[in-house]
Amino acid sequence: MEQNKQFNIDNYSCPIPITEYDKVMMAHGGGGTLSHQLIEKMFLSQFDNELLNMQHDGSVFEIGGERFAFTTDSYVVQPIFFPGGDIGELAVNGTVNDLAMCGAEPIYLSAGFILEEGFPLEDLWRITLSMKKAAERAGIKIITGDTKVVDRGKGDKIFINTSGIGKVYPGIEISPKNCKPGDVIIISGKIAEHGMAIMSAREGLEFETAIKSDTLPLNLLVSAMLKVSNKIHVLRDPTRGGVASTLNEIASSAGVGIEIDELAILISEEVRAACEILGFDPLYVANEGKLISFVEKDDAEKILMAMKNHPDGKDAAIIGRVVSEHPKRVIMKTSIGSMRVVDMISGEQLPRIC
Amino acid sequence: MKYLDEYRDAKAAQALIQKIKSTSKKSWVIMEICGGQTHTILKYGIEELLPTNITLVHGPGCPVCVTPLEMIDKAIAIASLKDVIFTSYGDMLRVPGSKSDLLNVKANGGDVRMVYSPLDALKISELNPDKKVVFFSVGFETTAPPNAMAVVEAQRRKLNNFSILCAHVLVPPAIEALLSSRESRIQAFLAAGHVCTVMGYSEYIPISKEYNTPIVVTGFEPVDILQGILMAVQQLEESRCEVENQYSRSVRLEGNPIAKKLLTETFDIVDRKWRGIGTIPQSGYRLKEKYSSFDAEKIFNVEYITKEESPLCIAGEVLQGLKKPTECSAFGTLCKPESPLGAPMVSTEGACAAYFHYHK
Repeated sequence: MEQNKQFNIDNYSCPIPITEYDKVMMAHGGGGTLSHQLIEKMFLSQFDNELLNMQHDGSVFEIGGERFAFTTDSYVVQPIFFPGGDIGELAVNGTVNDLAMCGAEPIYLSAGFILEEGFPLEDLWRITLSMKKAAERAGIKIITGDTKVVDRGKGDKIFINTSGIGKVYPGIEISPKNCKPGDVIIISGKIAEHGMAIMSAREGLEFETAIKSDTLPLNLLVSAMLKVSNKIHVLRDPTRGGVASTLNEIASSAGVGIEIDELAILISEEVRAACEILGFDPLYVANEGKLISFVEKDDAEKILMAMKNHPDGKDAAIIGRVVSEHPKRVIMKTSIGSMRVVDMISGEQLPRIC
Repeated sequence: MKYLDEYRDAKAAQALIQKIKSTSKKSWVIMEICGGQTHTILKYGIEELLPTNITLVHGPGCPVCVTPLEMIDKAIAIASLKDVIFTSYGDMLRVPGSKSDLLNVKANGGDVRMVYSPLDALKISELNPDKKVVFFSVGFETTAPPNAMAVVEAQRRKLNNFSILCAHVLVPPAIEALLSSRESRIQAFLAAGHVCTVMGYSEYIPISKEYNTPIVVTGFEPVDILQGILMAVQQLEESRCEVENQYSRSVRLEGNPIAKKLLTETFDIVDRKWRGIGTIPQSGYRLKEKYSSFDAEKIFNVEYITKEESPLCIAGEVLQGLKKPTECSAFGTLCKPESPLGAPMVSTEGACAAYFHYHK
């Protein structure tokens, strides 16, 4: 392991955070600044290649004149069964969505299971059935897999990894590079449902609410959008870190400014109430069945209508636009009419005291 | 959502801003005491809407921010012990102590758990009779009653594996300390609506009189805050100084008598150190002697731990309203929310973090 020998955290030439922690912290997986720093300083610097450096949800490459998308994701959600879904459904939908966000029609998935000794087979059966159902809904097949069991206490019930491959629709190019001032930003529905459903079900954080996860395969909606226009420049599903982090990522990788309108962003009453109680900003809460698209201004109405006419995008709305001012920054018009910066999330959102 | 949307309404906000503009003739410096209000002010860009002759300074009303370094070190010392389950409200976990924070203790194998209520901590004690369960009891008069209730309940249920690390602080002594400082530029206060919901506002009347300073009990939504500012400006312009109640939908003069009685029965008022400010006389709560078996400082023998703060951080001046976060040389460079040098950069209610997120 020569790589390991060379790696010495003290000599590691990176500016702050990583050297601030000599161990992995929860926030390194939170989708915010610390996650990005970990990925950039640790993985990108070493695995360095053209496709990886694009930093998209998946990689798009060409084989025999056809374009394919390839992606992978691991699922460690706790609790494994939550209002509106379970870890199995999430594992299928999440990877399907990563492919859909590349402008690809998902075809095949792999599934890797890491099971903790003592995990009830009945629960595994439930999860398997819901993966089957999710795969059918998305129209994909799970064609390869792997199972490992770890000692009791060395894992947390079940972890699932899925990888997926899909075929990119001809004639389109989805990339932050294509987004330009004037582009219209559309979101496919109400935000922050998945994150708040998980919070409400978590041990020790008991409060009663009817919030359900929005977990959903987005490939059908994407296909409906692409049928009416190929002038879709960016597609992203705002999962970890929520809408705010996704918009910041796009603004910074495209070098453009983004302006959004707080009142245009739909949030259900239950989610708003739960966020108020816990002191969470819904803009930073995870979604698992929503997409944000940046589209050419002239086609925006057409695409919006196609989304609204699809059951998975019935609450779609225009939430903002791309501007040439304040590059790499997201600015929001607040409900009282002032403008403020919407920043990238810094770590985990921690519930506040009062 | 009822009681929210009408207080985040653009028309109501604009009308109040116009009124503030037409009322304020001179320059005024107003401090909002509570971190929740600071957060709203920055989140809604309220400063940008106000006329330039109104200056807001952000007070020390963030319990996360003012909990002294040595108390965080005590928490870390206790949480690192093998047989301890350390429970806390979420935003205390990331506050830097002198060497580490509670999230680091967790990453190193300590059993540190986030809870939403001290009663959840009680439940954890019941489920883990072989462990010592400690709750980090922080906050102002707002969180003190439920935390007191947890101790009373623990005694009733004979939970001898439960204790609290008590770091409660009180608002009125802090206002008095700020006003008596020779450097003070504060001409009016917005008092914290939630604290007054519990305590009422009669204790502010003598302070307002003695220091000739208007105090307006104010809520937390943008319209509340604008109305609070307007009421303060009206008093200042008319040379009045009274205690007025903007947050009347929640606050009564006498407060919540049941909660107040519980506080008197559970806690003694003691001198307390505030991070960035120093010791303020009679500004905190400590468990009464009859509850000493629930006092984590005594049980774990950490009373000896004392610590002074890093000289780099200007948190003290920020919390006293003497400097804006952006005037700190470390702001946004050495000191960021993911690697805070001082506490106001940690909590979303901390002035520095609020500036970092919303005020670039």
